[in-house]
Amino acid sequence: MKFKHMILFLFGAAVIFSCTAAPQPLVVMTHDSFAISESVISAFEEEHGVELTFLPSGDAGSTLNRAILSKDAPVADVLYGVDNTFLSRALSEDLFLPYTPDGFENLVADVLNFPGNQLTPIDFGYVCINYDKAYFEEQDLDVPQTFDDLLDPTYSGLLVVQNPATSSPGLAFLLATITEYGPEGYLAFWEGLKENGVVVANDWETAYYTNFSGSAGEGSQPMVVSYGTSPAAEVIFAEAELETSPTASLVGANMCFQQIEYAGILKGAEQEALAKKFMDYMLSEEFQNDIPMNMFVYPVNRLAEIPREFIEFAQVPKKPAILDTDLIAENRETWIASWRELFTN
Amino acid sequence: MLKVIDLEKEYEGKPLLCGVSFEVGADETVCLLGRSGGGKSTILRIIAGLEEAESGQIFWEHQNLARIPAHHRSFGLMFQDYALFPHLDVFENIAFGLRIKKLDSQYINERVAEVLALVGMDTFGQRSVHDLSGGEKQRVAFARAIAPDPKMLMLDEPMGALDRTLRDQLLKDLQSLLAVTDIPVIYVTHDQEEAFAVADRILILNDGQIIQEGTPQDVYSHPKDLWVASFLGLNNRLSGRIVELDPFTVETPIGSFEIDCPSGEYRIGSSVELLFMDIQICQTIKTQGNTFPAEVTGHRFQGYDHKIKICIAGKFDADLITDHALHPGEIIQVSINTQSVLCFAKGKQHENC
Amino acid sequence: MARIVHQLMAIRTKDRLNRLVLLIPVLFLLSFYFFPMIKIAYRSLMQTDSLFALKGENMRIAWRSIRFSFLQAFLSTVITACLGVPAAYLFGRFIFPGRKIMRLISTLPFILPTVVVAAAFNALVGKNGWINLFLMRFFDLSQAPIQLFGTLGAILLAHVFYNTSIFIRVVGTAWERLDTNTEDAARVLSASPWQTFKKVTFPLLLPSILSAVLLVFLFDFTSFGVILLMGGAQFATIEVEIYIQTTQFLNLRLAGLLSLIQLFFSIITSLISKRLDNAPFVPIIPASIEKALRKPDTRRKKIFVFFINGILVILIAMPLGALILRSVLTSENIGSYGTLDFSLANYQRIFVNERDALFFVPPFTALRNSILFALAAMAISIIMAICVAVGSSWSSRAGKIMDVFVMLPLGTSAVTLGLGFLLAFSASRAMVAYFPVLIPVAHSLIALPIVVRIIQPALQAIPSNQHDAAITLGVPYARLWWKLDLPMIKKPLITAAIYAFAVSLGEFGATTFLSRPEIPTLPVAIFRYIGLPGQENYGKAMAMAVILLLACTAGFVAIENLQDIPVRE
Repeated sequence: MKFKHMILFLFGAAVIFSCTAAPQPLVVMTHDSFAISESVISAFEEEHGVELTFLPSGDAGSTLNRAILSKDAPVADVLYGVDNTFLSRALSEDLFLPYTPDGFENLVADVLNFPGNQLTPIDFGYVCINYDKAYFEEQDLDVPQTFDDLLDPTYSGLLVVQNPATSSPGLAFLLATITEYGPEGYLAFWEGLKENGVVVANDWETAYYTNFSGSAGEGSQPMVVSYGTSPAAEVIFAEAELETSPTASLVGANMCFQQIEYAGILKGAEQEALAKKFMDYMLSEEFQNDIPMNMFVYPVNRLAEIPREFIEFAQVPKKPAILDTDLIAENRETWIASWRELFTN
Repeated sequence: MLKVIDLEKEYEGKPLLCGVSFEVGADETVCLLGRSGGGKSTILRIIAGLEEAESGQIFWEHQNLARIPAHHRSFGLMFQDYALFPHLDVFENIAFGLRIKKLDSQYINERVAEVLALVGMDTFGQRSVHDLSGGEKQRVAFARAIAPDPKMLMLDEPMGALDRTLRDQLLKDLQSLLAVTDIPVIYVTHDQEEAFAVADRILILNDGQIIQEGTPQDVYSHPKDLWVASFLGLNNRLSGRIVELDPFTVETPIGSFEIDCPSGEYRIGSSVELLFMDIQICQTIKTQGNTFPAEVTGHRFQGYDHKIKICIAGKFDADLITDHALHPGEIIQVSINTQSVLCFAKGKQHENC
Repeated sequence: MARIVHQLMAIRTKDRLNRLVLLIPVLFLLSFYFFPMIKIAYRSLMQTDSLFALKGENMRIAWRSIRFSFLQAFLSTVITACLGVPAAYLFGRFIFPGRKIMRLISTLPFILPTVVVAAAFNALVGKNGWINLFLMRFFDLSQAPIQLFGTLGAILLAHVFYNTSIFIRVVGTAWERLDTNTEDAARVLSASPWQTFKKVTFPLLLPSILSAVLLVFLFDFTSFGVILLMGGAQFATIEVEIYIQTTQFLNLRLAGLLSLIQLFFSIITSLISKRLDNAPFVPIIPASIEKALRKPDTRRKKIFVFFINGILVILIAMPLGALILRSVLTSENIGSYGTLDFSLANYQRIFVNERDALFFVPPFTALRNSILFALAAMAISIIMAICVAVGSSWSSRAGKIMDVFVMLPLGTSAVTLGLGFLLAFSASRAMVAYFPVLIPVAHSLIALPIVVRIIQPALQAIPSNQHDAAITLGVPYARLWWKLDLPMIKKPLITAAIYAFAVSLGEFGATTFLSRPEIPTLPVAIFRYIGLPGQENYGKAMAMAVILLLACTAGFVAIENLQDIPVRE
């Protein structure tokens, strides 16, 4: 009986709260990997006298889904977390208010290639193959330098990738191979990989922590598709002080796929003015400085600081794989379906 | 036919049965009488093969049953709470043992009908066992036990769950049914009335042992010790001291009694307990030898007789059964038949387990 | 005369009351299940841009996923039953040292998010897992002999790991309540032990076995996390397809279609199970419940007890132990097998917000929230289940319909239901802000099928004449129910409560969209840590998982001890 009362009480409280005229918060819808420091947010809140509320909404796809489904009555003011693989799709749904935030001029060149101003890039990163240095040393193996190298029988069974249908880095890696071999030739490459014993996991956690030998999970494969900043993270989050990172990225041409994340103001947002302020804030140095150590990606503001660990331990590709976003939008389903076809038999 | 030798069994570390031995002959109904929880049901279960004794043997027609599992023994067992199969109807319950033996279908139909008629439940075949009353369940349980023509029938407190009026009726029915069967029957109960009604021979069980064995009449008129007497409801006792050995005379608070010499070693001066089996109300006022005045101290109407409590000569509390009411305070005369006085040494006659 | 009238009046009140009582769960399901589902169904049909909806190759993919869903669910259920029924016998008939602990441990897997299960198995049978290390050393091998992940075997194993406890608790409790005298009677009537089982024990256990089989099958059929994490890219069930179609391709039409297919098959399975369940309910005789449990007395029985316990230890206790061990070891020692350097560093770290993270999850807050949600969900689902059971006694047709209704959430895609919730309850921003209130509601929807399946048969087994006697004495029906029926179903009620608690505590997938960072729960915290590379993060995730385990254990122990609260019988 006590619990029944508690439920009724909670429900009643909810109803009452929703009816009171409290100052409306600024709501930001994000994906689940969004992270930032409390002080950075408090600074914004204090300056503008508003409360920030975040709505983590699953992975990038789920978040976009949610925004699309609630298009007519948006539940948030700002959406953060559309990545370049979903960019065209997001734009085609006409979800956003055009707005060019202050600080736009500080964006690094890498991220400038996108249409319109409904979405603004906030951060970017690279999906690269990480490898376990210790393994390669012990086995006295050369580190592969190109995609073609991965087909070499010496590396048989040593690579774990993710299913592009269920994993964002998985999809990024697939797109990297398509950048390299083109839409006509990538399947042949994947057939070769399959013959060479590539292991496929469904998500990053499994690949990294169950299969990868260079992580705390101590698995079997010394190469894993992960992020360019993962080697830096391994140093930052090591249990003991490390001089070098136990892992590193393969940064040959096209081997790393550039992922850019965008934010935008949702059409029909309640707090349009504040949303714009927040967009400005997201490009500010204060915010951008905070991004790397929280989300392990690079800031788009070229004036922002890059942490020492990134510089020392994370390799930046000279020629990352970049694919036209419209092309991605048109062919995404086909590419993924073909890949699945190859790997489900 | 059945020989039980020296059964011993422990329950939760404590001894339950300490050397139980008895025999049951063909066409004999033997009753195991004892207190509730005394191990009587356990004896049945051991004989049936559902439990194992720590030591002891069981023989059926000279064959040792030790290696023979329960489902090969062909004994009938009627459980205390009937244990009818809830997922089968009355017919199938009774037919269960027959179907297991893979008997011919027609035979099964006939036999079940026969047995149903025997217990007076001809029309109950298709009924569900949940709707049956206590008495009906009891009869189905009985029918189920005898349907497969068991070599011996065991009944575990069959009247246990029933109310009094039902009990009396069913007891009569059971008596006639048992009279008809010619297989050995072991009947377990804590109620001496039932035991006396059905048994050819009674075995009194206490403290894990058979204390006394005999026909109902024997046991009733010659209880072996005070415990048995008490159990049988024979409670008219008086303490006394032996003053003479020949003739055997015992001095009690209400006077001296010369009685038949009991078996056992006695010495002058030792304390004994006298059990008075026959106390009558005097019809005529005769102040003779063994008559005493008594005051009625209590009265209970029992339906067709009365139980009255009296205090004889101010010192001896006794119970009497009369056919008419007497009220507290009334003074009556009672006579004591000295030929029906039993003498027991004080203390327990049998050892603990 | 007056007595007869009173009796009639009382019975009609009973009917009226039953009908009213049934209204509560019906309204509950209507608001929180049908309404969201209708919303998402409508939306799926309205989506015009999807050219992909019914193309040939999509049909092929759909067909493949249906086939695989059935295959793995069928195999998983069979294997689970093979272990589960003997285990039910073990717990239903025997007393042995550690009985309560074993039963508790075997229920713990239920609460673990799949990520944690994967980590636990990795710690045990991964490349550097202890078993592999041991085997390699023992047999002098150069390669780890056990390669588990990414195989169908891993999926089946994880399912057995998760679901064995359903058999233990549902079938085991029923077995405990079986009067041993009926089995003894059969044996005396010349039935061999096998015949006794076949003709007496099994028919009487059939309802509970069917319940357990149905539940396990539906859990496995709609399984998501296990397929994704323990299997590999080549395995896709309907649920995985729905997830892919929804989140990757935003193809709601196909996703909606697949959801309907999944629901359809779930309903069919429920109906088939109902069909097979013809056994009449066995009235309970309270006195005989204690007699059923005995210490194993023969040699064969002792070996059986030892053997089944051994399997349970290896299958369930060891992975859990590996998890706990992993959380207290530093990474340097994992591969070694020599010196084990224990440290509570991971546990210390989870309390520290090193980077001033906004979304830092304080462990005790998360623990408290998780437990509060679990208790609320437990209360809601039990009340609903009792209403269903009582209300269903009104008519058998109402009962059958409710039975199917209640099973629906179990057969519904979590992804779809989540989206439905979103659509249904996002009318205003204020509403969204208070989404967390819906969390126990959503949890109880998910727990309801299992809770009903446990409570309903128990209530139906109460002898009906128990009420009639009291009614003629003028006892009000509700009070009668509280004083008479409730004490009789204490044990099943406790079992149901435990499951509702467990489901809620470990629930992550379906209800993440309802959660808010201000009200974090333990599973959310685990996911945050394991989503980042680095030894510390992995260690923290392990520590959080162990806290989840401990919270669950404490909850179970508390709930089980509730049955010792004296209630007059």
